[in-house]
Amino acid sequence: MPSFIFYLFALVTLGFGLLVVTARNPVTSALSLASSFVGLAALFISLDAYFIGIIQILVYAGAVMVLFLFIIMLMDIKAEEGKKTNNGALVGGCLLAVLLVLQVIMVSGAFHGERTVGDLDTAAAIGKAAGTELPTIANDLREGSLPDTKLMGYALFDRYGFHLQVVGLLLLVGTVGVVMLSKRDTAAKEAGN
Amino acid sequence: MELFLANLNLTFLIASVVKVIFLTFMVIMPMVAYSVYAERRVSAVIQDRVGPNRVGMPLTLLGFKKDLQIFGIGGLAQPLADGLKFILKEDFTPRHVNTFYYWLAPCLTIVPALLTAAVMPFGSELNLDVLGVAQPIKMVIADLNVGPLFIFAISSLGVYGIVIAGWASNSKYPFLGGVRSSAQMISYELSLGLSIVPVLMIFGELNLSKMSIYQDANGWLLLPLWGDGLSASRWILLIPVAISFLVFTISMFAETNRVPFDLPECETELVAGYHTEYSSMKFALFFLGEYAAMIVGSGLCVTLFLGGWSIPFAPLLSKLTGFQFHFEAGHTPLLTGLLHIGTFFAKVFAFIIFFIWVRWTLPRFRFDQLMKLGWLVFFELALANVFLTALLLWLVPLK
Repeated sequence: MPSFIFYLFALVTLGFGLLVVTARNPVTSALSLASSFVGLAALFISLDAYFIGIIQILVYAGAVMVLFLFIIMLMDIKAEEGKKTNNGALVGGCLLAVLLVLQVIMVSGAFHGERTVGDLDTAAAIGKAAGTELPTIANDLREGSLPDTKLMGYALFDRYGFHLQVVGLLLLVGTVGVVMLSKRDTAAKEAGN
Repeated sequence: MELFLANLNLTFLIASVVKVIFLTFMVIMPMVAYSVYAERRVSAVIQDRVGPNRVGMPLTLLGFKKDLQIFGIGGLAQPLADGLKFILKEDFTPRHVNTFYYWLAPCLTIVPALLTAAVMPFGSELNLDVLGVAQPIKMVIADLNVGPLFIFAISSLGVYGIVIAGWASNSKYPFLGGVRSSAQMISYELSLGLSIVPVLMIFGELNLSKMSIYQDANGWLLLPLWGDGLSASRWILLIPVAISFLVFTISMFAETNRVPFDLPECETELVAGYHTEYSSMKFALFFLGEYAAMIVGSGLCVTLFLGGWSIPFAPLLSKLTGFQFHFEAGHTPLLTGLLHIGTFFAKVFAFIIFFIWVRWTLPRFRFDQLMKLGWLVFFELALANVFLTALLLWLVPLK
């Protein structure tokens, strides 16, 4: 990967990330967050993780942030004017960021050698088991392209099938909970009337 | 930097630039312009009018008796005149708008619409031995392994343009248009995405070029009449494929804000919806964005269901005539490559005429009907279709 592309998109990601917290206008903040996600997606793609990069745009920039924007516009939140900074949140945020940086340093310190995910031999090793069962993975590997989507699907549904179902159940419970809460609110209002 | 330059593949770079320029500026842009012309002429035919049939080469300016009508079809220079008119009109920015976002919005509409064309395989490959290029050049700008997802992801960014336009205009009709649009596009994105899952399951592939190649050899998904397409499983799988084609096409109408789902710019309720406050070229950019999205959507539909660039009955035709009509990796004659490009755009154009036909035939939905249709009918239908396909693929596996 040409390094200057990395620096360009790292700059895009971090710059817009900074704008999210410094901008006065909530719409600017929301749009900056979306742009930051796009930069992040570009970084994923430059690591040969096409699927994750595209899903990053599809889910976060394309759907979640649009809903954010939708709500900001509907509630007509005006620009913040001279609000006092919340010191607790500031300290907590900084602490969290420092912890994250420490973890990144520890993980990257434990990482040696030139092995990357894009390395086809590694991929072949991962996909060997998958390739014998799924011919499309074997075909892609033989052609010398990395079938990242298929390998990820295989890993998710085969090795982590149980975990995936637990997460799915969690989401379902969350959805049902939201529907119940919103129904109860309207029911209470109708009873009040 | 030197290493970076050394790693650059010059042929690849030049080919990519040529492809980008060819596809965006020589195909999609003129196609947008002439879709507008087609829209006006077809609507005129449907409503028993004549439509714009006068504008030709203005030879009368040079003292000739009559204007020259290109190919004898009246009005073919109309898009040029329209474009000129858009550029020459006053570019007016109302005082009550948020200027930065007001200017940003048209760009955010047109850029994603044009970007999505990058993964569209608009031809098989061109064998440029004549020019001394050893490797045949693939007729797709970026041959990604996540083709359809890329198109969905980038086109989902297009909603920002409309929402921002509605919000930045700072007046009530555009705002309502923007709100409607974001609700509508998020809702129909779900059924759009789910509707192609059965197709992906059948192909076992996320690469649009490979899908086209498979359909070229084994029959289009909706027309399995040659190659492996004649197997029983492909014919049984026609049921889920037809359902997903239906859901996909209708959701695409909603995603591109076309009638019967053009609620964001519904004239009878919202003046012109999100672009009420826009004039001249900025308005034209919204227009361009809508039509470009329509062209890319048609292209995706053609690639997924109707064989992409493949010529119908290509392997059979090759056997009958002796000329190679089908694709063969590395051994496709130049003429066949060109024919494939022509076939692709012919199919896309037919699809656009279908879009136009629907627009001037059907009345508009109400907004609540639209949302209900999306969430209660298409979403469930697409979801059930995924399970149906899985069941059928398990019972009658493909070879």
